Amino acid sequence: MTAQAISLTPLDLALAAALLLINGALSIRLKLGVTRSLAVAATRMVVQLLLVGLILRYLFELKSPWLTLGVVVIMIGFAGYEIMSRQDRKLTGLWSYGIGVSTMTFAAVTVTLLALSTQLRPDPWWDARYAVPILGMLLGNAMTGISLGLNNLLNAVSRERWAVEAQIALGFPRDVALRPFIRRALKTAIMPTVNAMAATGVVSLPGMMTGQILAGADPVEAVKYQILIMFLIGGSTGIGAVTAIYGAAFRVTDGRHRLRLDRIASEES
Amino acid sequence: MLSIRNLRSQLVQVDDLDLQAGDCFSIMGPSGSGKSLLLRAVADLDPAEGDVTLDGTDRMAISGPAWRRNVIYVGPESGWWEDRVGAHFQDPAAMLGLLRRLGFKDDVMSWPVSRLSTGERQRLAIARAMDRGPRVLLLDEPTGALDQEATARVEGVVHDFLQDGGIVLLATHEKAQAERLATRSLTMRDGRLSA
Repeated sequence: MTAQAISLTPLDLALAAALLLINGALSIRLKLGVTRSLAVAATRMVVQLLLVGLILRYLFELKSPWLTLGVVVIMIGFAGYEIMSRQDRKLTGLWSYGIGVSTMTFAAVTVTLLALSTQLRPDPWWDARYAVPILGMLLGNAMTGISLGLNNLLNAVSRERWAVEAQIALGFPRDVALRPFIRRALKTAIMPTVNAMAATGVVSLPGMMTGQILAGADPVEAVKYQILIMFLIGGSTGIGAVTAIYGAAFRVTDGRHRLRLDRIASEES
Repeated sequence: MLSIRNLRSQLVQVDDLDLQAGDCFSIMGPSGSGKSLLLRAVADLDPAEGDVTLDGTDRMAISGPAWRRNVIYVGPESGWWEDRVGAHFQDPAAMLGLLRRLGFKDDVMSWPVSRLSTGERQRLAIARAMDRGPRVLLLDEPTGALDQEATARVEGVVHDFLQDGGIVLLATHEKAQAERLATRSLTMRDGRLSA
């Protein structure tokens, strides 16, 4: 069933990289000012991916649960940093980081464990060949959803402070006063996932599926995997976004149902 | 009776203040002296230590929302969360009389909020607070954006509220307004009240 994948030589990749040189030339010619960031981004991509490839090969060969756990922790750390860097406004102290990382980890790890224990069942269950890529995809999507949702909520509450406070001053409880903002933030967080599901297969062939097909897998098998992954992504992004947004909504209010904008740090880099 | 004892927030301190039914205390003082902060602390909108009780019920003995349904702060900047004016009221039909007294036509409830002027917003914010049936109104520059006629209308409504046994704490810049409404005039300086 599985055809042999065509192995790529460094020359093949160099030829493809030439396409980027065209972009670079255009950028200089049209004074777009992105030449530098283009070069940095391309270099970063190559170095990061090569490193990941080497690490994963090593990881798969060693079959060590502790090393796998270590990689998982590092992935979570980077994703948490990404969430933070995408916020216009942060909660004071470590609250934004704490809420973002804990909800993202909870959502992605739970759903990964579910997939490993029911649909996939690798042996051993923590086999890095399954655990790491699946967790990576779930973390990435949960990260995007959570950072969009948190950003939307904190911006909206700060900007529309008077609309929130007017309700609180009239004796509305915090969940009622914040309901429209929570709804909007949830929608913002989930929309990319919904759009991706709707457009998939018609507009775009998902990267994972394309990769499997190029690597020689049967398209129908690849599609089944893709469907599974899409459901897992939908589930974990939803869980992550809901918990993160409610967590933040509770943090910007208090037990007396006051709006606590003093718990949002003023805008900075 | 509204009693305030040892109320302390970051910038404001009130040791002892009692307002009986029908009392209106005016608070004057320079900008930044803490008038708004005092009113917000009494409404439990900002954290503050000390005891505030209404008819013997301590604010901490009931939930924040339950306290604020009786002790309503009306700020100088009014917020609106729905598109139409009427959606901000519990019982729009019952408020028509009050809205007429404030100078509005009967169709005001169907107006879009975006069409309101600052002065209209300010008057509607007071009506919106009255609609909840509060015992205490904390009015923060309630006529700041109003002309003489509208100011008189608002003062009439506040006057009737006091007649019916309501309690008002009024932060104002206008000495004449304080004289017209207040049963007692206080001055605030650096977060402290004096007679």
